[in-house]
Amino acid sequence: MRIELVKRPQRSALFSMLSPFIAFALTIIAGAIMFALLGVNPLNAFEIYFVEPISQVWQLHELAIKAAPLILIAVGLSVCYRANIWNIGAEGQFIFGAIFGSIIPVLFPQFEGPLVIPLMLLLGMVGGAFYASIPALLKTRFSTNEILTSLMLVYVAQLFLDWLVRGPWRDPQGHGFPQTIQFGDSAVLPELMPDAGRANWGFVFALVAAVLVWLMMSRMLKGFEVRVLGSSPRAGRFAGFGFNRMVFFTFLLSGALAGLAGISEVSGAIGQLQPVISPGYGFTAIIVAFLGRLNPLGIVAAGLVLALTYLGGEAVQSALGISDKVARVFQGMLLFFVLGCDTLIHYRIRLIGMALTKPNGATKLEAAPKLEEAR
Amino acid sequence: MDITVNILLTIATAATPLLIAAIGELVVERSGVLNLGVEGMMIMGAVGGFGAGYLTGSPWIGLLAAIIVGALFSLLFAVMTLSLATNQVATGLSLTLLGLGLSGMIGTSFVGQPGVRLPNLDIPVISSIPVVGKLIFGQDPVFYISIALTAAVMWFLFKTRTGLTLRSIGDSHTSAHALGIKVIRYRYLAVMFGGACAGLAGGHLSLVYTPQWVENMSAGRGWIALALVVFASWRPWRVLAGAYIFGAVWIGQLHAQAFGIPVPSQFLSSLPYLATVVVLVLISRNKRLTMMNTPASLGQPFVPDR
Repeated sequence: MRIELVKRPQRSALFSMLSPFIAFALTIIAGAIMFALLGVNPLNAFEIYFVEPISQVWQLHELAIKAAPLILIAVGLSVCYRANIWNIGAEGQFIFGAIFGSIIPVLFPQFEGPLVIPLMLLLGMVGGAFYASIPALLKTRFSTNEILTSLMLVYVAQLFLDWLVRGPWRDPQGHGFPQTIQFGDSAVLPELMPDAGRANWGFVFALVAAVLVWLMMSRMLKGFEVRVLGSSPRAGRFAGFGFNRMVFFTFLLSGALAGLAGISEVSGAIGQLQPVISPGYGFTAIIVAFLGRLNPLGIVAAGLVLALTYLGGEAVQSALGISDKVARVFQGMLLFFVLGCDTLIHYRIRLIGMALTKPNGATKLEAAPKLEEAR
Repeated sequence: MDITVNILLTIATAATPLLIAAIGELVVERSGVLNLGVEGMMIMGAVGGFGAGYLTGSPWIGLLAAIIVGALFSLLFAVMTLSLATNQVATGLSLTLLGLGLSGMIGTSFVGQPGVRLPNLDIPVISSIPVVGKLIFGQDPVFYISIALTAAVMWFLFKTRTGLTLRSIGDSHTSAHALGIKVIRYRYLAVMFGGACAGLAGGHLSLVYTPQWVENMSAGRGWIALALVVFASWRPWRVLAGAYIFGAVWIGQLHAQAFGIPVPSQFLSSLPYLATVVVLVLISRNKRLTMMNTPASLGQPFVPDR
């Protein structure tokens, strides 16, 4: 059997809408097979994975906590990917945002007041943008591949954070644990509804960022510039849009948002710096960006779905004794199916059976139209 | 003298997985396909190799399993990018993410289990010749495979007709298609060769380098292999040189840590990654040269128009 793609005259609006849902359905089917192979009743597993983690109000707050960094990072990445610029080092920018933002609560804990949080957030964005500017600079100055450099810097950032919390920033009263001091009260991101759950302002930042970037992409010249340069760099050059400026713009924007996510996570959900502050948010956000069809509003929905896969992974681990790596498998499968389904937007897929092709292969041209008629 | 020989041996062991994975990816990229899933295929090879070795007790079966697992895993990428014409960068990334997750899940029960190790080659008398004996005749079998593989790929790409065809597809898939060459079929085979190599590299990690299963044990080697291909300007012998330079950096920082050099260990550990960045910058500075060497249709999806 062979797969053949037939280009559609124009992109299909129907499949543009449907493809994330088809992808999700396929993931569920593949997930059911996986659970069955692991010797678990799929229906039971799905209830524990997808329903139980969001059946109470406080759990919805946990969902928001997990979704906030994913949405923030993915919104920034979507702009990069729209421009055909590949920042895959958001995990490192997240870490540097967290480090920069933590300068105030760790080094100047006596500094208190309402100014602390805004300054921390600002520093976080600066940190993320700074770290993202390295691959951008290398790309524009030396045309170095940004995929590889931004990824390599993730490892460097992880090791740098590890050194900070074990070395100079370690809490002297921390009994040797590799962590900084607990942030003071004025350095902790407030919770939205303390009575109902733990969700903090990070989720609001994520929603605001999504709306703002959506406005930029759909209503402003900058968004048009991004889309033109992404789909046709040549046309963009004729229009006078600078490619190098675009590289910096997208990297700094996505870096700043990843940095904001980093400091929000540390100041909101964790409350101090630790050797590991992210369960791979920067990488999962890549999946979020694609599942959201690189559209900021779609990304909000996709972020909630992916946040649920994290919570579900923890749930099946404690309830069924399956490794929480199940979450990563779900996320990976989801991205695969999303990418595959996106093909349907631009192409019609035709399966050609071997039987239709005569051994010499020359009849392929005749066989294909017949298949069309049969429909 | 013994210390020098031992260091050289460990460098070779560290360089071998980089070399094998990079040689595989080189063939893939020469055919015009950019597979960023090397890290994922490598880690799948590592877990598959360890698992098969652990369950059967035979490191050779483990090595074979690593190759098969790598090739099968790359098939996923091939179907997506070649048959469904998906974005190669995004698909490669998802292959890596899926591989890291899947290997972690499969390997849960292997953590802490004693693995099997592929024995070093040991030819009586010859292997005990001082210095040369150990270096040339006393290494692990995969080392010899890696050298043979490099030579074979060099010969294949530049001395055979099929190799020429493969390179022409990488430079212009539309022209190759117009000449009646089965672009997609060539690319399928190239991608699966790359997958088999990445799997073998992973198998080397879990059956020779550190014969045990540790989650994420590939530690970015797949990405370094990708960088090596760029560094080598898509030439096999330069991949060989690059892999040994990186092997030396990797081992050098480990030795520096062991000797207690007054630099935080995290800084030394980040050296291989920083070196990758520096090397990439150095090599890409010359834009014209890079343009000339890069396979012209690298990373572009191809849909035959029948």
